[in-house]
Amino acid sequence: MITRRMFNLPAANFSGSNWNHPFYEMDALKKEMDKWASLMSGRRTFGGRNSGVFPALNITEDKDNYYIRAELPGIKSEEIDIQLNGRSLTISGERKLEQSSDSVKYHRRERDAGKFSRGVMLPNDINGENVNAQMVNGVLTVKVGKAEIAKPKRIAIN
Amino acid sequence: MAETKELQVKEKQEAAAPAEHTKPGLIFTPAVDIYENDNEIILLADMPGVATDDITIDLKDGVLTLTGDVKPWENDDESDVMVEFEIGKYYRQFTLSEAIHQDKIKANFSDGVLKLTLPKVAKAVPRKITVNNG
Repeated sequence: MITRRMFNLPAANFSGSNWNHPFYEMDALKKEMDKWASLMSGRRTFGGRNSGVFPALNITEDKDNYYIRAELPGIKSEEIDIQLNGRSLTISGERKLEQSSDSVKYHRRERDAGKFSRGVMLPNDINGENVNAQMVNGVLTVKVGKAEIAKPKRIAIN
Repeated sequence: MAETKELQVKEKQEAAAPAEHTKPGLIFTPAVDIYENDNEIILLADMPGVATDDITIDLKDGVLTLTGDVKPWENDDESDVMVEFEIGKYYRQFTLSEAIHQDKIKANFSDGVLKLTLPKVAKAVPRKITVNNG
């Protein structure tokens, strides 16, 4: 008897464990689709994790510090106010755009001006003495030292 | 423009690349303001995170191309705690309908904002034409 193949699938092997249940093929397809979906939306911000408050922040950490970063193009460092209160960090300020004279014609206006204030709670205790902020090419970086108790410790085995 | 307006978060717009890029990575469209007066066209583009040396401005056949390369600004040993925005290159093209003095283009980059001054060629400057009685 000739074993027929459908859709280029390997010839049915009913004794194999994969064909035990009728929805095997569906499950496999779903897995494949999920894989693709996660590849295509592989961007880390997906999933509605944005707070909706300007500016968007990225927080990273290393052994000793937290780094809070925000893109604030066109804002001078003296126009930004950064406050640290316990574990809560607030970044506020105002973005002013160059005032152009009335005689110009606008073709595009995509850049916004306005006030902003963003608060964020740092995930662990910090050392309020060890904080610095800098603005480079429109990117603000606030470096906050971790408190001693929040730093990872290596535990030696005796 | 209302001074007291609250700034809103804008999702960075991914650029539609004309061709596939050889280097992996995200490419965004910078937000721009474009305005003109009688003598020049001014273009302002937000490109945070780009170093001055990594900006390329190219004007060819009436097409202005802005590119900004971003070097990763995070150290290797940092791990993510919270991520709300992506880091990527900037790319945008414009077709200029008017003749531009190529040699007199001025570009200035400060605080993550590129300001491009494109002077119009004299003939594109509007003239007032007086009609004489004949």
